[in-house]
Amino acid sequence: MRLVILEDYDQASEWAAKYICNRIIQFKPSQGRYFTLGLPTGSTPLGCYKKLIEYHKNGDLSFKYVKTFNMDEYVGLPRNHPESYHSYMWNNFFKHIDIDPNNAHILDGNAPDLQAECDAFEKKIEEAGGIDLFVGGIGPDGHIAFNEPGSSLSSRTRLKTLAMDTILANAKYFDGDLSKVPTMALTVGVGTVMDAREVMILITGAHKAFALYKAIEEGVNHMWTVSAFQQHPRTIFVCDEDATLELRVKTVKYFKGLMHVHNKLVDPLYSMKEN
Amino acid sequence: MVQQIVSDAPIVQFTNCRILRSHQLQREDLWVRDGKILNPEKLFFDEKGSADIQLDCKDSIITPGFIDVQINGGFGVDFSLATDDFKSGIDLVSQKILSHGVTSFCPTLVTSPPSVYHQVLPQISIRNGGVHGAGILGAHLEGPFISKEKKGAHPEHCLRTFEAGAFQDLLATYGSLDCVRIVTLAPEMKRSSEVIQELTKRGICVSLGHSVANLSQAEEAVQHGATFITHLFNAMLPFHHRDPGIVGLLTSDKIPAGRRVFYGMISDGIHTNPAALRIAHRAHPKGLVLVTDAIAGMGLAPGRHTLGQQVVEIDGLNTYIAGTKTLSGSVATMDTCVRHFQEATGCSVETALEAASLHPAQLLGIEHKKGTLNYDSDA
Repeated sequence: MRLVILEDYDQASEWAAKYICNRIIQFKPSQGRYFTLGLPTGSTPLGCYKKLIEYHKNGDLSFKYVKTFNMDEYVGLPRNHPESYHSYMWNNFFKHIDIDPNNAHILDGNAPDLQAECDAFEKKIEEAGGIDLFVGGIGPDGHIAFNEPGSSLSSRTRLKTLAMDTILANAKYFDGDLSKVPTMALTVGVGTVMDAREVMILITGAHKAFALYKAIEEGVNHMWTVSAFQQHPRTIFVCDEDATLELRVKTVKYFKGLMHVHNKLVDPLYSMKEN
Repeated sequence: MVQQIVSDAPIVQFTNCRILRSHQLQREDLWVRDGKILNPEKLFFDEKGSADIQLDCKDSIITPGFIDVQINGGFGVDFSLATDDFKSGIDLVSQKILSHGVTSFCPTLVTSPPSVYHQVLPQISIRNGGVHGAGILGAHLEGPFISKEKKGAHPEHCLRTFEAGAFQDLLATYGSLDCVRIVTLAPEMKRSSEVIQELTKRGICVSLGHSVANLSQAEEAVQHGATFITHLFNAMLPFHHRDPGIVGLLTSDKIPAGRRVFYGMISDGIHTNPAALRIAHRAHPKGLVLVTDAIAGMGLAPGRHTLGQQVVEIDGLNTYIAGTKTLSGSVATMDTCVRHFQEATGCSVETALEAASLHPAQLLGIEHKKGTLNYDSDA
């Protein structure tokens, strides 16, 4: 496991974006050779998306040969609702980049047969050759995607009922009205993310500190589903100082001591212009 | 997901621009297909489509097309001049005004003898705009049922009053109302109420102007259906604090609930003093409609030109009836008027642009397809 500790949210976002950018470019995507990227929503990845858009606008990064799979989507929320993850992805990422709409996959929370929709999503990932890099965020309760505490660590894409903690946290996006917050979602399973060749988890802010502690310093536990990635051979946690508040000094010092190694992953920042 | 292909027409994406949407300039791309504004999110997720052509606007502003509801002609063409070649004249104007941002207009006829209406009106057809020219929304007939005292540049011998027939008199004068969108009349004329009601019933916008009406007469006209004031301040009684006249409609409390009175403004720096422009704008900003009131001389060199039955003289942005100091229409283009309006009132760019787009669209009840850059509106 890598734990990359940056000063603050902006630096953590930029580091993550640089890493994604370099991964895509190193892969040398082309017609018939697509880089597959798993993507999260929420407030944490916003800064990372902004940076990726910047690289694209500067001509350094193209998503022409990138396929994306989003982690989750609410059930029953109209697609054009401003809080749907379709709207989120469109407004915060897709409309700014050159991705082919046929390559951007988001679960349809309004599908007539929800399980069939989930199965089809798994199949599409498989057909795309699996996920090269799955980027995720976590909730304060340590959930990855909508895999709430207690989710099977080998779960696949399916319908989940949201935990009260999640509903409360989301209420701010629905005028603070709990009755408007969707209570169910379609989500990739922990197993789906585990199958990715590489996983990057973004964790920022003091309110996520306990979840980070549970994720990396305690044992694998389905009550903190993100802890499952301890068993993934290539997981990289990108966090800010605040998120490390619950970690042991020893842990933080060890990984900070490795920053010069980690920074080689993002420095130099590659550009497609040079290719 | 089933992919629905709605149209094969090429999709154009305007990038690097600021667009006027929801009363604000927003840094958004504008997507257009088949002459309509496209919702790119629906295109992306439903049709899995993308742009065929991308145009870099280099940080320009994209505004909804301007709508000129009072334009007498331009580029040498006079809509009030009955010729057999009227069609090529109107085609020329509609093509030329595009470069001034006007994408639809109401060709306006000043007071003329019945024979002119009978000859010209059948040659005006309502049509959509395109690269060939601005769309035609229908004619604006300014007169002949107007006040002798406030006739302005209109020829006195052609003025008429409503006689026993009232609405029938109007029909007989104009011949046909098929392509008529706006009628300017003086509400103090006898039997004008029934005419206003009849016109309103037919979906024709009644505008008050060239009139000596007092405020209560004007309010009564609004209660009967009138919604517009023709070139505010010009050709009406000046504002008086004990009887503010037609101008008083801007702050009247007798406007029926849910209704809004609009008023045309010639914002060329000549027809209305900037201070008067500011008074009107501050009193009733949402009713302000910029009009050019342009005459044949717009786009032409200074000198003598015809307006209806009369000869006028153009000197810079000033236009007079030849040999007099009576103002007669304007030669300022719409984009000039928008700029002048913004400078004179210090209003936002958004407000200035909406006065030439959203407001005239609302006046004519066509804001669902014109006057905004909302999805599915005309591009």
